Amino acid sequence: MTFKIKNSTCLTIDEINVGDQLPELTHDVTATSIILGALASRDWRPMHHDRDFAQQRNGARDIFMNTPNQAAWLQRFIEDWAGPTCRLARYKFRMGDSICPGDKMVFKGEVESKETDDTGCNWVNLKLALTVGGQPKTSFTARVAIPAKQGDNPWDRKDNNWKP
Amino acid sequence: MSDVKDFNIGYDEAMSWIDKKRFEVTGEFDVERGYIWTSCASVQNGNPIYWDDEVAQQITRGPIAPPTMMSAWFRPHYWVPNRTEIPLPWSTHFALKSTLAVPEAIATDSEVVFGAPIRPGDRISTYEVLRSLGDVKTTKLGKGRFWKIDAVCSNQKGEWVGTETMTGFGYRNLKTLGEK
Repeated sequence: MTFKIKNSTCLTIDEINVGDQLPELTHDVTATSIILGALASRDWRPMHHDRDFAQQRNGARDIFMNTPNQAAWLQRFIEDWAGPTCRLARYKFRMGDSICPGDKMVFKGEVESKETDDTGCNWVNLKLALTVGGQPKTSFTARVAIPAKQGDNPWDRKDNNWKP
Repeated sequence: MSDVKDFNIGYDEAMSWIDKKRFEVTGEFDVERGYIWTSCASVQNGNPIYWDDEVAQQITRGPIAPPTMMSAWFRPHYWVPNRTEIPLPWSTHFALKSTLAVPEAIATDSEVVFGAPIRPGDRISTYEVLRSLGDVKTTKLGKGRFWKIDAVCSNQKGEWVGTETMTGFGYRNLKTLGEK
């Protein structure tokens, strides 16, 4: 059953069903957020801050979001849904097209499956998509550990009890 | 000379790298909270385990970095006194491009698996391993080979913190080959 830590709601595995949709996340991308994300991930490559370079050398519309920043958005999307006790264990993605300033990103997601491993850790497997204007940009899958109940903390798992 | 023979350039040498540790790198600074907060700010991630020490203590037994920041901790500084060359991430990818004489290469997929949490004060190291090098394939981009490279990361205690696997495709475009 859902529990609270301070003001944050933490989902438990019994409240998650296959087919559940994650609450949609939208964000208007700016040059500032792309550059901030690139620099925070220590990615100094010019296509993430220099429009001339991105257009002339990469054939892109504008500067575009780097891979680690897309992953950071994905993580935020998942953590907003499941709360601070969820633990991202694995993600996989395939990038299609670039995310540029002026784009409105839309993240959508669905619970594809859930399972309990032989250590008792509860997992959800998610299928997620990032679109702009209805066009797919990046597709993701993610595996996330979720508590069974208050007091069951995936972050306490390590070594043989953590099977991501 | 057939196309197949052309695409055998450097193949044996590249195959000798399979499952061997290469390009070991240790981050140039300790994991620190300024970068953590800047990263969270860039995606407006308000998860209290990154912002509230009391919640971090309760859930993650102290502050941690968002797992998806893993690669930030061993990327080289943009500039360092007396350094003439900046080491590139995914050195194996670029070494394959050069050894196989394929002028173009892209990353097509990425998969990341996380182990022990990364915490402020940690020093992250990584090494790369070429896991596979495929047969010659033709895609809409060109003719070349797919490869899979792991970047395996650990902290200063030797604990595994994660592995990023990149699938790359190195190719010559079809126009250059006279096939388009």
